[in-house]
Formats: sequence, structure tokens, C-alpha cells
Amino acid sequence: MAVAVRVIPCLDVQDGRVVKGVNFTGLRDAGDPVELARRYDAEGADELTFLDITASSAGRQTTLEVVSRTAEQVFIPLTVGGGVRSAADVDTLLRAGADKVGVNTAAIARPELLAEIADRFGRQVLVLSVDARRVPAGSPVTGSGFEVTTHGGRRGTGLDAVRWAARAAELGAGEILLNSMDADGTRAGFDLELIAAIRAVVSVPVIASGGAGAAEHFPPAVAAGADAVLAASVFHYQQVSIGEVKRSLAAAGLPVRLAPGALAST
Amino acid sequence: MSRVTVLDYGSGNVRSAVRALERVGAEVELSADPDVAIEADGLVVPGVGAFAACMAGLHRVQAERILTERVRADRPVLGICVGMQVLFSAGVEHGVQTPGLGLLAGRVEQLKAPVIPHMGWNTVRPPADSVLFDGMAEDTRFYFVHSYAVHPAATGTGVRTTVAEHGEEFVAAVEAGPVSATQFHPEKSGDAGAQLLANWLGSL
Repeated sequence: MAVAVRVIPCLDVQDGRVVKGVNFTGLRDAGDPVELARRYDAEGADELTFLDITASSAGRQTTLEVVSRTAEQVFIPLTVGGGVRSAADVDTLLRAGADKVGVNTAAIARPELLAEIADRFGRQVLVLSVDARRVPAGSPVTGSGFEVTTHGGRRGTGLDAVRWAARAAELGAGEILLNSMDADGTRAGFDLELIAAIRAVVSVPVIASGGAGAAEHFPPAVAAGADAVLAASVFHYQQVSIGEVKRSLAAAGLPVRLAPGALAST
Repeated sequence: MSRVTVLDYGSGNVRSAVRALERVGAEVELSADPDVAIEADGLVVPGVGAFAACMAGLHRVQAERILTERVRADRPVLGICVGMQVLFSAGVEHGVQTPGLGLLAGRVEQLKAPVIPHMGWNTVRPPADSVLFDGMAEDTRFYFVHSYAVHPAATGTGVRTTVAEHGEEFVAAVEAGPVSATQFHPEKSGDAGAQLLANWLGSL
């Protein structure tokens, strides 16, 4: 058997609170990232990702406390991204209990940051997050037709997304989190063309994100070359469960990890 | 209750290992003191990142002496991830060979697979007499994250070897007298990892 396709829920965290999808039932405090992390763990999530969208430094301290509490209670890998600008930021997050750290905008401005992080902590901790879109009409063309964006997809950079992913993997990224800004929010399925284009140029794992709206959207993302799939709102709003995604992947003949075993959580 | 020391030599996130061991009932101390590490009922050697960097950290806490004395006294040791790799004779990363602690025969080399690092949950094939995997279902998965591994043919006789596959077969776990080790992270492998740690604690 082969390594399982990872199914990864992503939580947007602001000032230590989950900012969307707080309508989970049966939780004491659905805005508490730790409670949601435990819930996703119980549902069979293979990893968890926290995207910290906090602006203030006081809020960021709160996020660190949330990371610590999660790492002490949930025994699956935890990635934390959002606002990471230096190797020192990575160190702080790893010490708080993160297993991997997501880097995005800061690496676009200064690609050497990727090598600095990989040299110091190993490439296995470094997830490069790429927010990519098709180059809109009227903007400078790129070789692949895809460009990297910043500011949540609102600003194009003119940087070729496919070339950027390849360069980042060479510099030390251990994984590429590929977020399609065209598909994001459409719930019409993943951007398969984008996934295939990135898969063709990198040998590190690719996590596909953006566009998931139904369980049957996930197997084609893997067929296009994704090693893992990440989604936020479809899981938060309980439109699709992690179990349904895994059943859909398994029905397509893909390896998945079944729900946690017999040993009760303590 | 078993007293377990997690060797604190500056390698990454060790809190998860401490908490996962506490979860299955161990009394855990994080320590870099050689005497504490030698005397504990069980010693866990964690490890992430580069082989050479881990070896440098291990030298600073006199790991050779700690492990030699523990093995001589038949006291259990559990290596995790790079903490397993360093128990072998040597590691080769980026073309540079670094001597390991040499408790086990074999050289750690880059995995030959289309996608590297090997990252995620994979199945393993333990031998029938394995203690670590006792009572676990065949399709149980554990969380791996590594680019280097030992080829199964390299481990010597008397070593109970568990294999896994990513591009090629590699050593996923070893059990040899008091020395046990896993290439995957039991502390990040949910309930399956807890079961493995409980099995190890039960052998102390």
C-alpha cells in the first residue's frame, strides 16, 4: 500500500478565535480553535492547518497560546501559517508546538528566506503557500499563464506561479500548498489544470486548495497530481464531512487513512 | 508507573513526545543530564531536521556514553525519526557522510521515490514477534515525514525489522534487544501512535 492521501481542514484564526464556521453543533465553544481541532481529529483529519489572520502583535501572542494548547491535546501534525516573515518567526511557532510552518508573502519579497528556514530547521517544516490565478486580460503574461497573487488574491505580482513553485522547492520548501484564487469560493471543484502544471515541475508534495464544494471534487484533484487536499469552509459549514471525502477518495481507488482506531482518547 | 526521560539535546518539537507519553501513563522528564538519562526506566531519543545537526547535539549531551551504558544494562531506548536514524552506523545527506551512534548496522540514505519528502500516513509490515506493533490491525497507519531512510537489507541479524514502502522498501521500525526505534512519529500518529507507545511502555 502507499502513503494515504491527506485530508486537511484549515482554520482561520484571529486573536485566538476561529473566525468563520462557528456553527458546529455539540461543542462547548465552537469559536475555540482547540475544540474544533479536537473535533476534526476525531472525524479523521490527517493534519490540521491554522491560518493566523491576526493583525496585532498582542493577538499573535494569543495565537501562540492556541497553538500550544492544540499541540498538547491533538496528536496529529499541525501546520501554522500567516504573517511568517523570518526564521525567528518559524522558531517561535515550532517552539509553541507547530510541526510545520506556512510561508507566503515574505518569501515572494525575499526568496532566500526559504533557504534560511530550510537550512536551520529542515525542509520538512517548511510549507510554501502559493496563491495562484490565471493572468487576467490586460496584465503582463507569464509563461505558464498562471501568476502569484498577494493580499488574498486581490493583487497580481506578475510572478509566474509555476516557475515560483519550482524555484521555491529548489530553495528548500518541503511542500507546496497550492491555493487557486480562481476556484476559491466557487465550490465548483479544484483547479485541475493548475494542480497538474505545478505537479509537473516539483517533486515535493503538493497540497491542493480552493474550490471544494462536494465530496466528489476531491478524487480528481489527486488524479491531477495532488498528494493532499485542504479545505476550509466546506468542512466548517458541514457541507461535506472528512469521512465523506475519504469515502469518495477510497471509492476512486485511492489510499486513505480510516477513522481513528479503537484506543479511546484520554 | 514507568519513568521515561526524553533526551533534550535541542532537537525541535519535543513537547509532543512528552505529552504523547504522558497520555499513555508514563511519568516523563525532559532532560539533558546524562545521569538522569542513564538511570530512567525508558529513554526516548527524538530528532528532526538534519542528521549531522542531530549528531552534533547528541555529542554535546554525551549520548554515546548514555546509550552504551543503557544497552550494557539492558535498559530500553526508543529512537524516533532522526532519533532512529542516528542509531545506525552513518547517515549520508547532500553527499556528506556523518558517523552515527553505531548501535545498529546500516547506512541512512536518500529515499528513491518520485515525491520526496515521504510525508503522511503509511502502513507498515512488522514481524510476527514485534512488541511495538502487538495487537494492531494490518492496515494501521502511522505519520511519516522524512527524506532519508535505511534499506531493509542493511540491518543485521537479530534485528526485528518492520518495513514500509515509499518508492522503495525502507526500515520503518527496528527492535533489537533494549533498542527500539521508529522512522515515523508515534507522537503525531493519533491513537495508533498512542498504542505503539503504550506497547513500548509495557515492555519497560
